[in-house]
Amino acid sequence: MTVSIQSSPFDMGAEVRRFAGSVSGAGAIVTFSGLVRNDGGKLTAMEIEHYPAMTERAVESIRVEAMDRWSLLGAVIVHRYGRLEPGEQIMMVATAARHRADAFMAAQFLMDYLKSRAPFWKKEIGPDGENWVAARDEDEDALARW
Amino acid sequence: MIEVLYFAWLRERVGERSEMVETGAATVAELVEELRTRSEAHALALSDMKSVRVAIDQDMADMDAPLAGAREVAFFPPMTGG
Repeated sequence: MTVSIQSSPFDMGAEVRRFAGSVSGAGAIVTFSGLVRNDGGKLTAMEIEHYPAMTERAVESIRVEAMDRWSLLGAVIVHRYGRLEPGEQIMMVATAARHRADAFMAAQFLMDYLKSRAPFWKKEIGPDGENWVAARDEDEDALARW
Repeated sequence: MIEVLYFAWLRERVGERSEMVETGAATVAELVEELRTRSEAHALALSDMKSVRVAIDQDMADMDAPLAGAREVAFFPPMTGG
Protein backbone atom coordinates (compact mmCIF):
# COMPACT_ATOMS: atom_id res chain seq x y z
CA MET A 1 0.00 0.00 0.00
CA THR A 2 1.46 3.36 -1.00
CA VAL A 3 -0.71 5.66 1.13
CA SER A 4 -2.09 4.71 4.52
CA ILE A 5 -4.16 7.02 6.71
CA GLN A 6 -4.66 5.24 10.01
CA SER A 7 -5.26 5.75 13.71
CA SER A 8 -3.14 2.79 14.80
CA PRO A 9 0.62 2.96 15.41
CA PHE A 10 2.96 1.64 12.74
CA ASP A 11 6.24 -0.23 12.81
CA MET A 12 8.65 1.90 10.83
CA GLY A 13 11.18 -0.92 10.44
CA ALA A 14 8.54 -3.27 9.04
CA GLU A 15 7.16 -0.58 6.71
CA VAL A 16 10.62 0.21 5.34
CA ARG A 17 11.50 -3.47 4.88
CA ARG A 18 8.24 -4.07 3.01
CA PHE A 19 8.85 -0.98 0.87
CA ALA A 20 12.45 -1.99 0.11
CA GLY A 21 11.20 -5.41 -0.97
CA SER A 22 8.65 -3.85 -3.33
CA VAL A 23 11.07 -1.72 -5.38
CA SER A 24 13.69 -3.23 -7.63
CA GLY A 25 16.83 -1.48 -8.84
CA ALA A 26 16.93 1.03 -5.98
CA GLY A 27 20.31 2.41 -4.98
CA ALA A 28 18.87 4.69 -2.30
CA ILE A 29 15.99 4.69 0.14
CA VAL A 30 15.35 7.82 2.18
CA THR A 31 13.01 7.65 5.17
CA PHE A 32 11.61 10.33 7.42
CA SER A 33 9.45 10.00 10.50
CA GLY A 34 7.70 12.81 12.37
CA LEU A 35 7.17 12.40 16.12
CA VAL A 36 5.07 14.08 18.77
CA ARG A 37 7.65 16.28 20.46
CA ASN A 38 8.28 15.68 24.13
CA ASP A 39 8.30 19.26 25.37
CA GLY A 40 9.33 18.68 28.95
CA GLY A 41 5.84 17.91 30.25
CA LYS A 42 4.15 20.86 28.53
CA LEU A 43 2.37 18.44 26.22
CA THR A 44 0.17 15.62 27.47
CA ALA A 45 -1.12 14.49 24.09
CA MET A 46 -1.65 15.54 20.52
CA GLU A 47 -5.04 15.12 18.87
CA ILE A 48 -4.95 14.94 15.07
CA GLU A 49 -8.17 15.59 13.20
CA HIS A 50 -8.55 14.97 9.46
CA TYR A 51 -11.10 15.15 6.65
CA PRO A 52 -11.70 11.47 5.91
CA ALA A 53 -13.35 11.93 2.51
CA MET A 54 -10.50 14.11 1.28
CA THR A 55 -7.34 12.97 3.07
CA GLU A 56 -6.36 9.88 1.12
CA ARG A 57 -6.95 11.51 -2.26
CA ALA A 58 -5.04 14.68 -1.29
CA VAL A 59 -2.08 12.67 0.02
CA GLU A 60 -2.08 10.42 -3.05
CA SER A 61 -2.03 13.44 -5.37
CA ILE A 62 1.01 14.82 -3.50
CA ARG A 63 2.68 11.40 -3.88
CA VAL A 64 1.91 11.28 -7.61
CA GLU A 65 3.33 14.79 -8.03
CA ALA A 66 6.59 13.65 -6.38
CA MET A 67 6.72 10.58 -8.64
CA ASP A 68 6.31 12.87 -11.67
CA ARG A 69 8.94 15.39 -10.59
CA TRP A 70 11.76 13.05 -9.62
CA SER A 71 13.12 9.83 -10.94
CA LEU A 72 11.62 7.60 -8.24
CA LEU A 73 11.12 3.87 -8.10
CA GLY A 74 8.50 4.28 -5.40
CA ALA A 75 7.18 6.38 -2.52
CA VAL A 76 5.06 5.49 0.49
CA ILE A 77 3.33 7.67 3.06
CA VAL A 78 1.80 6.65 6.39
CA HIS A 79 -0.02 9.33 8.40
CA ARG A 80 -1.90 8.81 11.66
CA TYR A 81 -4.87 10.60 13.14
CA GLY A 82 -6.49 10.50 16.57
CA ARG A 83 -4.91 10.90 19.99
CA LEU A 84 -1.13 10.46 20.19
CA GLU A 85 1.23 10.73 23.14
CA PRO A 86 4.63 12.44 23.29
CA GLY A 87 7.29 10.36 21.58
CA GLU A 88 4.82 8.55 19.32
CA GLN A 89 5.30 8.50 15.58
CA ILE A 90 2.82 10.71 13.73
CA MET A 91 3.78 9.88 10.18
CA MET A 92 6.48 8.60 7.86
CA VAL A 93 7.54 8.88 4.25
CA ALA A 94 9.92 6.67 2.34
CA THR A 95 11.23 7.26 -1.16
CA ALA A 96 13.31 4.99 -3.36
CA ALA A 97 15.44 5.95 -6.34
CA ARG A 98 18.45 4.73 -8.26
CA HIS A 99 20.47 7.63 -6.81
CA ARG A 100 20.17 9.42 -3.49
CA ALA A 101 19.60 12.97 -4.74
CA ASP A 102 16.16 12.12 -6.17
CA ALA A 103 15.19 10.21 -3.04
CA PHE A 104 16.26 13.05 -0.70
CA MET A 105 14.62 15.79 -2.74
CA ALA A 106 11.37 13.89 -3.15
CA ALA A 107 11.21 13.14 0.58
CA GLN A 108 11.63 16.84 1.40
CA PHE A 109 9.00 17.79 -1.15
CA LEU A 110 6.58 15.26 0.34
CA MET A 111 7.15 16.62 3.83
CA ASP A 112 6.69 20.25 2.79
CA TYR A 113 3.44 19.45 0.98
CA LEU A 114 2.04 17.13 3.64
CA LYS A 115 2.58 19.89 6.18
CA SER A 116 0.30 22.41 4.48
CA ARG A 117 -1.66 20.61 1.73
CA ALA A 118 -2.91 17.46 3.44
CA PRO A 119 -6.14 17.99 5.44
CA PHE A 120 -4.86 17.31 8.95
CA TRP A 121 -5.15 19.61 11.96
CA LYS A 122 -3.14 19.19 15.13
CA LYS A 123 -4.31 20.12 18.59
CA GLU A 124 -1.87 20.17 21.50
CA ILE A 125 -3.28 19.07 24.84
CA GLY A 126 -1.34 20.10 27.92
CA PRO A 127 -1.87 20.46 31.66
CA ASP A 128 -3.00 24.06 31.13
CA GLY A 129 -5.46 23.43 28.32
CA GLU A 130 -5.83 22.76 24.64
CA ASN A 131 -4.52 24.67 21.70
CA TRP A 132 -4.87 24.22 17.93
CA VAL A 133 -1.47 24.35 16.27
CA ALA A 134 -1.34 27.36 13.95
CA ALA A 135 0.05 27.02 10.45
CA ARG A 136 3.33 28.94 10.18
CA ASP A 137 4.23 31.32 7.39
CA GLU A 138 7.51 29.42 6.97
CA ASP A 139 5.53 26.28 6.12
CA GLU A 140 3.72 28.10 3.34
CA ASP A 141 6.96 29.73 2.16
CA ALA A 142 8.61 26.31 2.02
CA LEU A 143 6.31 25.37 -0.87
CA ALA A 144 7.64 28.22 -3.01
CA ARG A 145 11.02 26.54 -3.43
CA TRP A 146 9.42 23.70 -5.40
CA MET B 1 -29.24 20.96 -0.36
CA ILE B 2 -25.56 21.24 0.41
CA GLU B 3 -23.79 19.47 3.25
CA VAL B 4 -21.54 21.94 5.06
CA LEU B 5 -18.65 20.49 7.08
CA TYR B 6 -16.48 22.17 9.70
CA PHE B 7 -13.10 21.01 10.98
CA ALA B 8 -10.75 21.85 13.85
CA TRP B 9 -11.47 25.17 15.60
CA LEU B 10 -14.23 26.00 13.12
CA ARG B 11 -16.07 22.84 14.19
CA GLU B 12 -15.63 23.79 17.83
CA ARG B 13 -16.77 27.39 17.35
CA VAL B 14 -19.79 26.51 15.22
CA GLY B 15 -20.62 23.63 17.56
CA GLU B 16 -21.47 21.31 14.64
CA ARG B 17 -19.46 18.79 12.64
CA SER B 18 -21.81 19.11 9.67
CA GLU B 19 -25.19 20.50 8.70
CA MET B 20 -27.50 20.27 5.71
CA VAL B 21 -28.15 23.71 4.25
CA GLU B 22 -30.89 24.75 1.84
CA THR B 23 -29.25 27.52 -0.11
CA GLY B 24 -29.51 29.56 -3.26
CA ALA B 25 -25.97 30.83 -2.91
CA ALA B 26 -24.11 31.01 -6.21
CA THR B 27 -20.63 31.20 -4.72
CA VAL B 28 -18.76 30.22 -1.56
CA ALA B 29 -18.77 33.88 -0.48
CA GLU B 30 -22.57 34.03 -0.75
CA LEU B 31 -22.88 30.78 1.22
CA VAL B 32 -20.67 32.23 3.96
CA GLU B 33 -22.95 35.30 4.14
CA GLU B 34 -25.96 33.00 4.62
CA LEU B 35 -24.21 30.79 7.18
CA ARG B 36 -23.25 33.82 9.28
CA THR B 37 -26.95 34.54 9.84
CA ARG B 38 -27.65 31.04 11.24
CA SER B 39 -26.30 31.79 14.72
CA GLU B 40 -23.87 33.95 16.67
CA ALA B 41 -21.51 30.98 16.77
CA HIS B 42 -21.54 30.78 12.98
CA ALA B 43 -20.98 34.53 12.68
CA LEU B 44 -17.98 34.31 15.03
CA ALA B 45 -16.46 31.23 13.40
CA LEU B 46 -16.78 32.74 9.92
CA SER B 47 -15.87 36.32 10.85
CA ASP B 48 -12.32 36.30 9.49
CA MET B 49 -12.19 34.36 6.24
CA LYS B 50 -8.47 35.09 5.81
CA SER B 51 -7.83 32.31 8.32
CA VAL B 52 -10.35 29.92 6.77
CA ARG B 53 -9.80 27.53 3.85
CA VAL B 54 -12.55 26.03 1.70
CA ALA B 55 -13.01 22.78 -0.20
CA ILE B 56 -15.87 22.00 -2.58
CA ASP B 57 -16.52 18.27 -2.95
CA GLN B 58 -13.09 17.60 -1.40
CA ASP B 59 -11.16 19.90 -3.75
CA MET B 60 -9.62 23.15 -2.54
CA ALA B 61 -11.55 26.20 -3.74
CA ASP B 62 -11.57 29.99 -3.53
CA MET B 63 -14.18 32.25 -1.96
CA ASP B 64 -15.47 33.23 -5.40
CA ALA B 65 -15.78 29.63 -6.62
CA PRO B 66 -19.23 28.74 -8.01
CA LEU B 67 -21.39 26.30 -6.05
CA ALA B 68 -23.40 24.95 -8.99
CA GLY B 69 -23.66 21.18 -8.58
CA ALA B 70 -21.73 21.16 -5.30
CA ARG B 71 -22.80 18.53 -2.77
CA GLU B 72 -20.31 19.17 0.03
CA VAL B 73 -18.58 22.36 1.16
CA ALA B 74 -15.98 22.16 3.93
CA PHE B 75 -14.54 25.00 6.00
CA PHE B 76 -11.32 24.56 7.96
CA PRO B 77 -8.20 26.39 9.15
CA PRO B 78 -4.90 26.16 7.24
CA MET B 79 -3.72 22.57 7.39
CA THR B 80 -1.09 21.40 9.87
CA GLY B 81 -0.13 17.91 8.75
CA GLY B 82 3.23 16.20 8.64
